[in-house]
Amino acid sequence: MKNRVAIVGAGMTLFRRRMLESPKELSFEATRMALDSAGLELKDIQSVVSGSAPDAFDGMHMKGEYLLDGMGGIGKPNQRVYVGGGTGVFTPIGGWWNVASGMYDTCLCVAEEKMSPLHPHPQYAFWSIFDQILERPLGTTLLWIFSLEMRRYMHKYGIKEEEIASVAVKNKGNAVDHPCAQLGAKITVEDVMNSEPICWPVKRLDVSPPSDGAAAVVLASEKVAKKLTDQPVWLDGVGWTLDSTHWTNRDLAYPEYVEKAAWMAYKMAGIKKPRKEIDIAEVYDPFDYKELHHMEGLQLAGKGEAPQMAVDGVTQRDGDLPVCPSGGLLGVGNPIAAAGMMKICEVFWQLRGEAGKRQVKKDARTGLAQAWGDLMQVGTVAVMRS
Amino acid sequence: MKVSQKITSYPGHEITPEDIKEGKYLDAVYKFEPKYSWAAGVAISRFLAELKEGKIIARKCMNCKRILVPPRMYCEQCFRPTDEWIQIKDTGTVNTYSISHVGTDARRLKTPILVAVVDLDGATPGMGILHNLGEVEPSKIKVGMKVRAVWKSSSERQGAITDIRYFKPIGDE
Amino acid sequence: MTPGLSTRELMFEAGSRAYEDAGIDPRKDVQSFICCTEDFWEGISITDEYMPDQLGAVLKPLCTISSDGIVGLATAYMHIMSGIADVAVVESHSKISDVLNPDEISSFALDPIYNHHVNADPRFVAGLEMTRYLKDTGTKRDHCAQVAVKNKKNALLNPRGVHGANLDKRAVLSSKVAASPLTELESSKTIDGSIVFVFASAQKAKKLSNHTVWINGIGWSSDTPWIEDRDMSKAAYAEQSAARAYKMAGVRNPATFFDLAEVDDTYSYKELQSLEALKLAAKGKAGKMVESGAFNRDGRLPVNASGGSLGVGHLLEATGLHRVLEAVLQLRGQAGRLQIPKAKKALVQSWRGIPTATGAVAVLGN
Repeated sequence: MKNRVAIVGAGMTLFRRRMLESPKELSFEATRMALDSAGLELKDIQSVVSGSAPDAFDGMHMKGEYLLDGMGGIGKPNQRVYVGGGTGVFTPIGGWWNVASGMYDTCLCVAEEKMSPLHPHPQYAFWSIFDQILERPLGTTLLWIFSLEMRRYMHKYGIKEEEIASVAVKNKGNAVDHPCAQLGAKITVEDVMNSEPICWPVKRLDVSPPSDGAAAVVLASEKVAKKLTDQPVWLDGVGWTLDSTHWTNRDLAYPEYVEKAAWMAYKMAGIKKPRKEIDIAEVYDPFDYKELHHMEGLQLAGKGEAPQMAVDGVTQRDGDLPVCPSGGLLGVGNPIAAAGMMKICEVFWQLRGEAGKRQVKKDARTGLAQAWGDLMQVGTVAVMRS
Repeated sequence: MKVSQKITSYPGHEITPEDIKEGKYLDAVYKFEPKYSWAAGVAISRFLAELKEGKIIARKCMNCKRILVPPRMYCEQCFRPTDEWIQIKDTGTVNTYSISHVGTDARRLKTPILVAVVDLDGATPGMGILHNLGEVEPSKIKVGMKVRAVWKSSSERQGAITDIRYFKPIGDE
Repeated sequence: MTPGLSTRELMFEAGSRAYEDAGIDPRKDVQSFICCTEDFWEGISITDEYMPDQLGAVLKPLCTISSDGIVGLATAYMHIMSGIADVAVVESHSKISDVLNPDEISSFALDPIYNHHVNADPRFVAGLEMTRYLKDTGTKRDHCAQVAVKNKKNALLNPRGVHGANLDKRAVLSSKVAASPLTELESSKTIDGSIVFVFASAQKAKKLSNHTVWINGIGWSSDTPWIEDRDMSKAAYAEQSAARAYKMAGVRNPATFFDLAEVDDTYSYKELQSLEALKLAAKGKAGKMVESGAFNRDGRLPVNASGGSLGVGHLLEATGLHRVLEAVLQLRGQAGRLQIPKAKKALVQSWRGIPTATGAVAVLGN
C-alpha cells in the first residue's frame, strides 16, 4: 500500500429514538468531539467525507449538501458516500481513499442519521427501497427481507430461535456499559422468545430500533498521525462489495457479498487466517441472526457454525473472539449510517485500551468492523490495527 | 492524557414521547409528495403484458444458459444482452417464507400477510420472485413446499404483479 | 426522453458502449464502480441497490457518491492513486422522464425550517443569485442572453444537441420569466441520458488504448449551504475547486492555458459567473468578452462549444460527466463538426444545481 492511513480521533453523540438536535447539530457534536479527541481544529482538516443513509428520513433531497456545514465542510472538498446500511463503515473507507491516494493528509469522516422526523414511523421509508413495479405493490416492508433471510438461514443449517436469541441477550447486556446506548438492558433468552412476533420468525427483541445519532472519526496520513498521537490505529484493510439487485434469485442463507468484501480487506491487511488473526469484531447486527450470518461471511465461523460459537460464549467480552463488545445495533441503537461508524469508534477505543467497562479481556491488537446494506447486497469491511 | 479521559459526557438531548404529548418542543410539519411514472423498460413491460394474459415469461442467456426471472434484457453474470423469451410455469417451490404482523408503516395488522420467495418451475433453479401466499395455514408452510399461482380473473388483470393474487400449496388437488 | 427504456436498460447500453470503447470486460477487468445518483431523482431509496447488474458489477466493489459526476471522477482518481483499483468505472444518469413533479423535488432540497416555506418555482434561488451577480459585477442582461444564443447555436451541430436553436438576444430576453430576471430560454431543460466512463492507471491505460485522455488536475469544493450567507457575486465553490485543480496540474495562467473549456451553464448567468471564478475572465469582464465573441467556437477560447446544458440539456448529477464527455471527444479529435483544431488542454467545470454551492473542476489533457 502506498500510504498508510490511521484513525487519530473519534467522537459520537447519544443514540436515542428521538433527539432534540437537528441533523446539522448532531453532526456538529460528533465532529467537534472527534476533533477535540485528536487535538485538532477544523482548519487542520483537508477534506470531509460524510455518510448518511436514505434522504427520506431527515426529510431532505440532497441531504449531503444540507449537512455539510455541521460537518465542517464549508470551503472544503466534500464527498457524500452512500451504500445503504453499509454506509457507516464505508464512510471511513471513503476517508481512507482520500488519504491513501496522496490527495490529502487529514480527512474528517462523519456519519449522521436522524430517523425520527419521518411520520408515521421511520419504517415507512424502507418501503421505497423495493422494486417499484414488481415488489412495492405487494405492500413490502424491510422486515420482510430480514425475516425471509432468517427463515432460510435457520432452515439450511437447522438453527434454533433460542440460539439466535442469545445474541440479542449478549448485545443488549453489553450495551449497558455503553454511555450512549439506547436499549442497554439485562434480558434473557426467554424474554426474547416471548416478545411479540413482528414478522415471524422475527420478534420484537430480535430487532434493533430506529434511532437518531451521529459519530465521527478523524483520519490522517502516517507522517501526520505519528505527530499527533503515539497510539494511532491503522486502517490497514478496506473492502466493499455489492451483490446483484435480484435478491430473490440468490440463496439468502449465506452472505457471499460479505465474504468478498472481507477478503478484499484481509488481502490488503495481509491477513490469511481471519479466525486466528482477528482479535475483536464489531459485526453488523441490525437483527440478532445477522450477527451470526455475517460472522460466517467474514470467515470468523464456518457455514452454519456461528450459533454454536455464540452459545459456547466464544463471542462474549471475555471470550476468545469478542463480537460486538459495544452492544452493537441491538443495544446501542441503529441510526443507520451512524451505527456503522459507532462500530468503527468502538474498535478504535478498544484497540487503544480506552473502552472503559466495555474493554475486552484479551489483548486486542487487530480489530474488524463490518456493515451491511441494501437488499441483502452490500458488505463493507474495515480492518484496524494498533 | 488518554483521549477517553478527556471525554466527560456524550452530547445529545433526548425527546421522550411524553415531551411530545406535552407539546414541549416546536416542530415544522410538511408533506412531500414526489410523483413518479417509472418506465418499465423493455423487459418488464413484456413481463407485465404476459401477466395480463395469465402467463409468466422469462429471458434466456445463451452463454450461461440461465433462464432468468424477473426477465432482463442483459445477463448480469456474462454482461451481454440476453437472447430469448421463454415461457415458464406458474408453479414453484417455496424457497423461504415469513408471516408479517406489521404493515408498511409499522402499524399492526389484523390479519398477518404471508410472504414468500417462490422459485418458479421452468426457470433456472433458485430463480425466485417475491410474492404472497394464500389459502394456507401459517403453521403448515414449509420451505420446499410446492405452490401454484392463483390468478385474478382475466377481466380483473391489469398487467401488474398483483395479477397473481397469491400462491397456494399444491397439495391435495 | 426515453420512455421505452427503463433506467437500468439505459445504463446497460451506456455501459456496453463504454466497455467496448475501452476494450475491457467489466466482469474481469474492473476493480471499482462508482455511481453518482440522488435518491429522489430516481424515486428509490438507496439507489445503489439497482446499479450493479447493468454495469457488470455484481459481487464487485460498487458505491454511490451522492454528488456531481466530476466528484465521481475524482473518486475514481483516488481509487486508482491509492492502489485499490487499476481500472475504475464512473456512471451517472438522468431519467427525468420518470419524474412527474421535478419542482417538488428540487424544492425539497431547501432548508426545511428556513427556506422550504417559499411556495414558488425553486429557481427563485437562481433568480436571487442572478440579481446580485448582475448588480455587483456590472454585467448586463444582454450579456447573459448572449450566452444562451451562443450555446444553443453551438448545439445545432452537436448530434446530442436536443435543445439547439437559432435565436437572437431579443427572443431570449422576451421569453417567459422563469424566476426574474431569469427567463425560460436562459434556463436549461432536463433530459434523459446515461454516461459511463472508464478510468485506468497510467500503466494500464498504455496497454488498453491509443487515445487516452489524462486527468492532470482535479478539485472539488463546497461553499456554505445557507443561501443567505453566500456572496452571490461569485461562484466560490468554483474558485476553490479550480485553485486545487490548477495547483495539481501546474496551471499558472488559466486565461491562456486552455484550448477549450466546458463550464457550467445551467442558467445563462452561471457561465459568466463560472468563467470569472475559474479566472478565464477578470471579475465583471466575462459578459463583455462573451459579447465580443472571445468565447465562440472560433474565438480565442471556445467555451461550451458543445452547446453546454442550455443547448444540449441538463442531466442532473450526470451534467458534470456530460461536460467531461464533450471535452474528451474534443481531445481525442472525435468531435466531428464541433471539433476545435489541435485541442490539447481542456478545462471542465460543473455545479450541482440549486440550491447548492458545490461544484468541481477537472483539467484534462491528451
